[in-house]
Formats: sequence, structure tokens, C-alpha cells
Amino acid sequence: MIQADLNVILPEIVLAAFAMLALVGAVYTGKDKTAPAIVWATGILMLGLAVWIGTRGTATTVAFNGMFIDDSFARFAKVAILLSAASVLVMSQEYMQRRGILRFEYPLLVALAAVGMMMMVSAGDLMSLYMGLELQSLALYVVASLRRDSLKSTEAGLKYFVLGALSSGLLLYGASLVYGYSGTTLFSGIIQTAVHGEVSLGLLFGLIFLISGLAFKVSAVPFHMWTPDVYEGSPTPVTAFFATAPKVAAMGLFARLMHDAFGAAVSDWSQVIALIAVASMFLGAVAAIGQTDIKRLMAYSSIAHMGFALMGLAAGTELGVQAMLIYMAIYATMNVGTFAFILTMERDGAPVTDIRALNQYARRQPGRALAMLILMFSLAGVPPMLGFFGKFYVLRAAYEAGLGWLAVAGVVASVIGAFYYLRIVYYMYFGEEGHEIEANGSPVLWGFLMASAAVMLLGVINMFGVEGAAAAAAATLVN
Amino acid sequence: MTVFSFYLFALSAIAGGFFTVVSRQPVHSVLWLILAFLSSAGLFVLLGAEFVAMLLVIVYVGAVAVLFLFVVMMLDVDFAELKAEMARYMPLALLIGLVILMQFVMAFGAWEANEAAEGLRTQVMPVDRHNTEALGMILYDQYFLLFQLAGLILLVAMIGAIVLTLRHRQDVKRQDVVAQMMRDPAKAMELRDVKPGQGL
Amino acid sequence: METIILFAPLVGALLCGFGWKVIGETAAQWVATGLLFLSALLSWIAFFSFEGVTEHITVLRFIESGSLATEWAIRMDRLTAIMLIVITTVSSLVHLYSFGYMAHDPQWKDGESYKPRFFAYLSFFTFAMLALVTSDNLVQMFFGWEGVGVASYLLIGFYYRKPSANAAAIKAFVVNRVGDFGFALGIFCLFFLTDSIDFNTIFSEASTLAETQVSFLWAEWNAANLVAFLLFIGAMGKSAQLLLHTWLPDAMEGPTPVSALIHAATMVTAGVFLVCRMSPIMEFAPEATAFITVLGATTAFFAATVGLVQTDIKRVIAYSTCSQLGYMFVAAGVGMYSAAMFHLFTHAFFKAMLFLGAGSVIHAMHHEQDMMNYGGLRKKIPYTFWAMMIGTLAITGVGIPLTHIGFAGFLSKDAIIESAWAGGSSYGFWLLVIAAAMTSFYSWRLIFLTFYGTPRGDKHTHEHAHESPMVMLIPLGVLSLGAIFAGMIWYNAFFGHTDRVAQFYGIPLAGAETEQVAHGETAAADGEQAEHGGDAGHGEDATHGGEHHAAFGGNPGDGALYFAPDNHVLDDAHAAPVWVKVSPFIAMLLGLGLAVWFYLVNPSLPRRLAEQQQPLYLFLKNKWYFDELYNVVFVRPALGIGRLFWKRGDGSIIDGFLNGVAMGIVPFFTRLAGRAQSGYIFTYAFWMVLGIAALVTWMSIGGSN
Repeated sequence: MIQADLNVILPEIVLAAFAMLALVGAVYTGKDKTAPAIVWATGILMLGLAVWIGTRGTATTVAFNGMFIDDSFARFAKVAILLSAASVLVMSQEYMQRRGILRFEYPLLVALAAVGMMMMVSAGDLMSLYMGLELQSLALYVVASLRRDSLKSTEAGLKYFVLGALSSGLLLYGASLVYGYSGTTLFSGIIQTAVHGEVSLGLLFGLIFLISGLAFKVSAVPFHMWTPDVYEGSPTPVTAFFATAPKVAAMGLFARLMHDAFGAAVSDWSQVIALIAVASMFLGAVAAIGQTDIKRLMAYSSIAHMGFALMGLAAGTELGVQAMLIYMAIYATMNVGTFAFILTMERDGAPVTDIRALNQYARRQPGRALAMLILMFSLAGVPPMLGFFGKFYVLRAAYEAGLGWLAVAGVVASVIGAFYYLRIVYYMYFGEEGHEIEANGSPVLWGFLMASAAVMLLGVINMFGVEGAAAAAAATLVN
Repeated sequence: MTVFSFYLFALSAIAGGFFTVVSRQPVHSVLWLILAFLSSAGLFVLLGAEFVAMLLVIVYVGAVAVLFLFVVMMLDVDFAELKAEMARYMPLALLIGLVILMQFVMAFGAWEANEAAEGLRTQVMPVDRHNTEALGMILYDQYFLLFQLAGLILLVAMIGAIVLTLRHRQDVKRQDVVAQMMRDPAKAMELRDVKPGQGL
Repeated sequence: METIILFAPLVGALLCGFGWKVIGETAAQWVATGLLFLSALLSWIAFFSFEGVTEHITVLRFIESGSLATEWAIRMDRLTAIMLIVITTVSSLVHLYSFGYMAHDPQWKDGESYKPRFFAYLSFFTFAMLALVTSDNLVQMFFGWEGVGVASYLLIGFYYRKPSANAAAIKAFVVNRVGDFGFALGIFCLFFLTDSIDFNTIFSEASTLAETQVSFLWAEWNAANLVAFLLFIGAMGKSAQLLLHTWLPDAMEGPTPVSALIHAATMVTAGVFLVCRMSPIMEFAPEATAFITVLGATTAFFAATVGLVQTDIKRVIAYSTCSQLGYMFVAAGVGMYSAAMFHLFTHAFFKAMLFLGAGSVIHAMHHEQDMMNYGGLRKKIPYTFWAMMIGTLAITGVGIPLTHIGFAGFLSKDAIIESAWAGGSSYGFWLLVIAAAMTSFYSWRLIFLTFYGTPRGDKHTHEHAHESPMVMLIPLGVLSLGAIFAGMIWYNAFFGHTDRVAQFYGIPLAGAETEQVAHGETAAADGEQAEHGGDAGHGEDATHGGEHHAAFGGNPGDGALYFAPDNHVLDDAHAAPVWVKVSPFIAMLLGLGLAVWFYLVNPSLPRRLAEQQQPLYLFLKNKWYFDELYNVVFVRPALGIGRLFWKRGDGSIIDGFLNGVAMGIVPFFTRLAGRAQSGYIFTYAFWMVLGIAALVTWMSIGGSN
């Protein structure tokens, strides 16, 4: 039995084993000098794993007495997680090295965080859920304060840690409530207690606490407060990482928990998630308007985007999950591109995050400005960019699930939110002449920027098949 | 007797928890916390889980709580000031606490164990084997995955602690074992003949 | 080949419009012109090699949405072939002509580049027009329809520094919108009724449409009539028919080559083309076609009267165009589509030539357009004079009565007048004859005022009058060939014996079918048809009287045109009495005589007449006060409503609301959100707990329900 089980989690084992081996190897050899090589090796390994997982068939396998589920949904999320983590990792190498913060532990922590995320999306039990979540979070707390000599970075790490601990506590409390009322921690068991008739209030309270804990991870309102500070304080590559893979993982876990464990009580949690989604969309849109720091702005942007993704989840239908997955895939791609751009923003060798520094950028770098314009339009949801289709999917899912008011709210929020994306475009094209920023950065960054922009344009054609994969993934989760 | 012990431990655990929160002296808080741990250990004994009870005493009381004590004593935190800050939010916090409490009363008041849930509840006490052995079976067999993950989490914690605190200082002399062992006695010492009044 | 014909102008437009900075101004113009000549050459080949069988050439998938599935296809039939040669020939000649005409335009300062833009617009127009005529479905046609509208707008307003040119461009565009609205409604209606926009499907449903009733606005309509009527509204706009004609004279603000190409030869005939193209529908819509006849005849008459008194050389020709279009609609209205196409075909040549000739005169006179300042130019610009002369002979219809020898206009116009008589529309017939007399009068008036008499106006200008360069004269020469011979060569094809026409358009003959034709035609007629098949003589036909040797047959959509079984206008027209056949000729002589008397013999007479008949003169001079009427009835109220919506609706309500939200409420929340973001962990934790409390409360309230 154990052999078969181990076979199922083989990708996770490979990644974890690699991390540990590389750790030992680096400690006994060149230490931080080996860091660039490890970064690339980790990136390539993740890419390889993504390909492997992506081509692993369509079977649904349950391992470790139901604690680990390997199905299309998990595989979709894992591919997205691994690809975005690998991209961000590779992007950060040159940037961090120049600033002397590239420690060899960084790629390994990211790899271990990725293991945690993969556990999260495959969780079939409250305990494995928690283990995956903690593995991921702990690694994130550390990388947030990677620039340990910077006050902001350590503050970010500490804030993230303390609030993360609080959210973990909430989650654990919810888990204990759920265990108390259902008698099991297995999702497949929990769903049985709710199949017939109604769900007891205690179980619902447990559900609320679980939702709160997860909402913290996806930075949904009102559990979002850490996001801007942590995004701003962390080193930019780390911020890029926060904005992509963990969000995908947390959303995947969210969907997994809601449908696998509470699929019989859709009407109960759908309202709660809809509420969170609306609050996130509006807060993200409104609060970002006042920001001039592009990292804080992206923090609010991600809050708003999580609101949209949650809207898909709130629909509580197969279409909703599909829409959510598509949205997250598009969101991660857009953020990879945008952060690739942010990583190149510097003046006199020091990173710049003020958006007003982008004034007249288009005149000096028309191609890059155009790529950024496409990404901003896509983030704002302007057709025909891919970002529009992501929004369109979740709106349709929400509408078809009878949440018309939610869809309308989403449209209004996206109109408000368009302001700050377009403002960046405005600065780039029509801004005042001012202090110029240099457009440095490695070709890797420019490559990611251009590729991401190209995907936003070309993806319109068939979304590179993501649509079908997401549909298959959603079908295995919701049945 | 069992019932009496249960209520004794349960009450002292709750009291310990309560006073941990409300104590003005941080050191007192930690001591109250130790009481709460010990009471919980007692509860475990009552359940027949001696191993867990001992773990609680050794790990939490013996290590964690003592560590807390050190931290509290070493860190110069002005708790009074913190408390004053907190007092500003006290009314609102109390209100929220009350609301949540009432809702939980509502929820727990309507406790009715789900029929399906009853069936899912697994036997707490192993019937046929010693409970340390049973614990081992669970940890290393049924929850093997979780055990390994917990190990990874601890590894990450360790890496994190090192990453954030370890500084390789260049001006510190270190013992290099290999260099020490490979030393050639001939090169270790150089004899110089120093003439009086001339120096080197 | 058809694909090349269609897309060569587009390629030319793109290369010329966007590439001239790279390849140079002159090269860009030659690229556009060269591609058009290629297109023209291929069109002629296509025209002559065309067998008469309708072909569909699919270019690309176009629209697929629900039950609406259509392709971008070229429908190649005789109608298309005719239009192809008309468009590409005139357009390529106009391109060539423009080299000379646009060489030194006083509207532009030295060094400003305007020529590539002009050529690009011209080529783009040509592409749009070709797209219109080659369309295989209504939406594709609508695309071309709007494309020529845009090109027309751009070209009328080409001198964008002149306020009057901008105003004229906007007027043309807006007036055409009215027509387009009707056209669009017609398309919707057809799609609603037949669930298709493909011509083939629509045509095969035509007879069903005639038996369908639809309710539109407040009344019940016969479907075929309604559709025909709505489509005709579109045609009215494009072809400047009465009520929607006001934009055409103003469109003369554009450069003269534009007037020749767009506002004489091609775009304005799109309406006629539409009616002919939709002949299967029109044949089932008697009320609508009666309306078309009346309106066409009235337009022909109206425009001719206005043309009598205009003094701007281009406006005279513009009203003449308007009037000639009326002729074509009369022909189409009485069911003689091929006569309409005939006149369209010949008219394209001589009207384009008249415009280009007028352009040559204007060019010679340094952009002076008022005929009152011309006079005696015959000697100064002889080639232009002869070209104009040929054009005038053609438009007035000079020829030998009762034969088929004469200028192009003689044959085609007489064909229409005979058709009008045969179609039973005496109103149409008489109005057209009167209009023919007036046509003759104003055309000759133009010639006499311009080329005869003594020089008037600025002496200096007259002294410097000079003949145009060869690039302008060659197109005149080529077009004059068309103006002279086009009628005689293709008379039989367009308006000859029934079987000749049927063969030309690829229409099956009735005898070939088992279907019983109303007049009792039988299969026995086949032999006779063969006998008369090669018979090209027209005069012989006339002697046949009411006999019907052959009749059009086939189902709607079989050939390029469709004639209902009871449509005998062609035969009846051939059998018209002699007085009908000579009446247009007599009218022409009358007009000529009057013009000679007024402008050669007794030049002071017109002024005296104008003073005597002041009200009538002013009425005509001011174009029956249509512009003034529209100004009061439509323009001012529309402006008023627009201002109301703009100031009150848009300015106060919408902007006020949006600005309030955008500048007041949103920033307020932004500040609020910023304040909540204190940076303290306990604040954040507090919010989280607050959130939990709220959610739990929400759930316990919601959950207890």
C-alpha cells in the first residue's frame, strides 16, 4: 500500500528531496556562491515537474487513507503553481545577486514552499491541509524578511508571521470545530455529515473559521491588511512570488475544501464567499487609487483580483470553479509579466517603486512600454486582452449561479479599478518630463515581460488550451 | 473520583488560561500557563493517554514554558504601556467578544451530534495494545505523510532561523579542523636568530 | 482573378496611405494607380470571358453567430461584371487624371504632402465600392455600402481647412445615415423573415415573402413590399433621390476627380445597383416599385429644373447626375432592370467625362467654378472643349431616331423612356420626356456659357487659361470613346431581344421550363428562339408588335436579374409606337433650340426672364427650398435636442453623477482605506477578528433561517 501511496506523491518527494540534497550540498561547498546555480536548477526542476504532472493522465487517485488526493484539479493547480514559482525564481536571480541578497537558502525555501502548496491543493484531510499550509507559510515568512538588514523587510516578515499565526489559529479552531461536529477530519467524511438535510450551526461556525483562515492566505477583505505592508517591505522578487504561486495554491485549497468537504452546503458558504469577494473587489479597487508605490499598488490589485477569483468560487458551480481556475492562471501570468517589469525599474542601481518614475517611459522604451500597456489593460480587464476573458468567465459563472448582484458589483469594481492601471499607462505615455529611470535588468526579465504580454494578446485565440484543462479540473472537483 | 478529577483538572485548565490572559505580570502569565499545561496533562492521564500527558509535561512545561520565561525576562517590554494601548480598544473588543460568545452559546446550545458523525467518530482508546505503541502506529503508519510533512516544517523553521540570524563574520577566528590536521610541523614554526640591538 | 480585382485597390490604398513615407510620394501614387489599372484590365477580361453562370468565390469565413452563418464571398454574375468594369475603368482613369489635377493645389502650402492621402482615399473608395458590388450577402454589401460612405466623407472633406467642405462632408454622411437606417432595417427584416442574409437564400424565399404579412411600426405590411421599400430608402440616400438628395450638390466641395468618380459614376449608382440586385424581391413588390417609379421620375424632373438655373459648373453637372439617377430608378421601378443598368453603364462614361472635363476647365481657369465668369474658352482649351462636347451630345441623347446609331446616352435614355411608357407609368413617361428637354437645355447652356460668347469675369484669369496636361486629357479621350460607342456596342445585350438579354444576364428562358407561363408560352417557342437567337436587329423587333417570341423565366436568383413571368415591359417597349420612340429626341431638339436662342442668339434674354419670373427663378435657384425646409424641420430641432441632452443630460446629470462618484465618493473611500491601513499589527488583527465576528453573525442569522 505504502508503495502505491508514495508513487502518488512522487513529484512532491522529488522536489523535497532535491531541496534537502541541494541544502546539504550547498552548505558543504560554495554556500552562497552556488546560489545562482541552485536557482536555475530549482527553476528547471519545477518546470520539469510541471510538465510531468501535466502529462500524468486524467486519473483520480487517493492516497494515504484519503489524506492526499491527486486529481485533475490538483494537477491543474500544481502546474500553475510550479510554473509561476519557477518563473519568479528565475526572474529573481540576477536582481537579488546584484543586491547581495541572493542566499542559497532562498531557492530551497521557495521549493519547500512549493511542496507545501502542492500538498495544499491535494489535501483530502483537514490535517494534511494544515500541514501543507504551514509548510508553505513558514517558508514565506522567512523569505519575506530575506533582506534582514532592512527594517522594512524584517517588519514585513514579522507582521506576516504574527498575523499568519493568528490566521493559523483561526483555521485550527475552525478545524477543531468541524472535527468536533463531524467526527472526522477527512473531507470525504465531513461531506457525509451534511448530505442529509441541514448542516448544524457548529459545523457552519467551523466553516466560517476555516474560510477566515484561508481568506487570510488569499488576502481577501477583511483579512487582507497584511498584504500591502508585506508586499512593500519584502524584496521585490519575493513580492512577485507572493503575488503568484501562493495565491493559486490558496485559491485551489479554498475550492478543494469548499467543494470536497462542504459541497453539500453550497448555499451556506456561497453567500459568505460572495460577501468577501465583493468587499475584496471594492477595497482593492478603491484603496489602490491612493497608492503611488507600485508594489503596494500591486498588493491592492491582487486583493481586487482575489475578489474576482472568489466570485467564481462563490458561484458554487462547476462553471464557477472552472472560471476561478482560468482566472487564477491568467492572473498569475499577468503578475509574472508585471513584476518582471517592476524588477527592471531602477535608478542609479537602486530599485524604484514610485509609479511617477515611469513618466515618459514610452518615449525611451516604446516596445517595453507597449508590453506594459498590454499587461495593464489586461489587468484592468479591457478587451481583447486575456484579462477581460478571465473576468468575463467569473462574471458569467456568478450570473448563471443566480448571483446577478455580485456580477454587477464586479463590473462596477472593475471600472473603478481600471483607473489606477490606466494611470500607469498615462504616466508612461503622457506623463510629465521628470527624473528618468533606467531600464536595466537582465534579458530574462524582458523575456518574461514580453512573453507575458504576448500571452495576453495571443491567448485570446484559444487560451492555449487552459480552458479545456480547467473545465476538466472543475469537473473532477464538483460532481 | 474520576469525575471529580476531571472537573478539577478542567477547571484549573480554564482558570490557568484565563489568568494567563489577565495577569498584569508577564512572569505570572507564564506561570499560569504552566498550570494550564499541567492540568491538560492531567486530563490526558484521565483519558488513559499517559504518553501524551508526559510529552505535554516534558515538552511544553519543561521546554516551551521555560523558554517563554526566559524570553519574558530578557526582553525589556513595557507591558504597562502595551496594556494602556490595549485599554483603548477594550470596550469594542469586549463587545465583539460578547457577540462571538453569544453566538457560540447559540451554536453549542443546539448541539446535537449528527448521526453520520457518530459513526465516523473513531475509537479514542486502542483496545488491544499499549497506547504508546498505538501512537506509534498512528504516527508512522496512518499519519506517515503528516509526520514527514511536520518534519519538513521543522526543517523550514530551522533553515529560516539560520537564514535570518546567522552572520558569517570575516573578522572572527575560527577553528579549521582540516587545516589544523594537515599542518606540517616544519612549516608551523620558523626560527629566527635575532641579533641583540638589531631587530629583524 | 476576381479576388485580385477586389483586393488590388485595397493593397494600393494601404501601400500608398501608409507606405508613402518609405517609398516616396510619387512612387506611392504610381503604386495605387498601377494596381488600379491592373484591376481594370482584369475586370475587362472578366467581363468578356464571363459565361453568364453565377459563380461564388469564397474568400474567407465572415460571421458565424447563432443561425447567422455567412462567408465573405464574391458573387460573380453579369451585374457584378458590369459594375466591375464601370468602377475600375472610371477609377483608374480618375487616378491618372488626378496626377495632373492635384499637382498644384492652392489649398495646400508648399511642402505639405496631400497627394498620397488623396490617392489612398481614392483607392480605398474603389475597394469599398468593389466590395459592395461583389458581395454575396447583405452584410457584406452593407460593409461596402458604409465603406464607400466613409470614403465619400473623407474625400468630400478632403480640403479640411475649408469650413464649407467639412460641412458638406458631414451633411453627406448624416443624410446617408438616414438612408442607411432604412437599408439596415431592410437587412434586419430580411434576416428576420428568411433567417439568412445570403442572396441565394433570400431570392429563393422571395415568392414566400410576397405571401407573408409582417407588422412593422403600427401597421400590417406585405413582407416583400416592406423589404423592398426599406431597401429602397437605403438606395435613396446613396443615390441622392428626392428627399435625401440634398447632400449631392454640396458634395461638389470635394476635388473634381472625386466628383467624377464617386458622385457621378460609381457610388451614387450603388442605389440603382441595389434595386437591380434585389430584383427578385422587387418583382414581388408592386407597390414598392410603383413608389420607386414615381419617386425616380419626380427626382429626374426636380433635379433638371434646378439644373436650369445653377451657375456653378459642377453643381449643374451634379443636378444632372441626380436627374439621370432618377431615370435609372424609373427603369428599375417599371421592372426594366437591364435598361437601368444600361443607363448606369453609359452614364458612368459620359458623366465621368463631363466632370473630368469640367475639372479641366476649372483647372484651366485657376479654380474658378462660376460659369458666369467663363465664356469663349473654345479656342483656349480645344481638347477639353471637344471632350465636353461629346459628353453633352451623349447626355442629351443625340442620335438618329428609330435606329440604333447614336451616342451612348441616346440609346440608354431612350430605352428608359420607352420602358416607362411600356411599364404603364404615364406619369413617369411624361416627366422623363420633359426632363429630357430640360437636360438638353442645361447641358447646352453649360457648353454655350463656357465655351462660346465673350470672356467674362477676371481678365487676367482668361489670359492665363491653358490646356490641361496629357495625363488629364488621356482619360478624357478614353472616356469619350465610351461615351460615343458604349451604347451602340452593348445595346442588344442590355435592351435587345429578350433572348439576347436573357443570355447576357444568364437568365433561363421560360420555354425551357415545364412551368406554365401566364401568357401561354409553350415549349414550341424553342425553335423560334433559335431562329431569332443570332438576330441582332432591333428595328425588326419593333415590327413584331405585341408578339412574345421569348419570355424570361427561371426562379428568383437563377440569373443576375429576375423578371417575373408577367413582366413584359421589354417586349412592350420594343413595340412602342413611333411617337413614343421619337419623343425624347424631339424633347432634346427643343432644349437645344431654346439654349441656342437664350445663350447664343439673345444672351440678354435669360436675365430678363429671371427678373420677370422672379419667384419661379428664386424657387429654382434655391433648389425648391429643400435645404431651408430641412433646416427648419430637422436640423434645428435635432440641434436643440442634442444641446438639451448635451448640456442637461450629459453635462449635468451623467457627468455630474460620475464626477461626483469619481471625485468625491471614491477618493473618500480611498482615504478611509488608507487610514485603516495603520501599519500596526494589532489594528490588522483587530480587523481580522472583526471580520470573523461579522461573518459568524451573518452566518448565524442566515443559518438560522
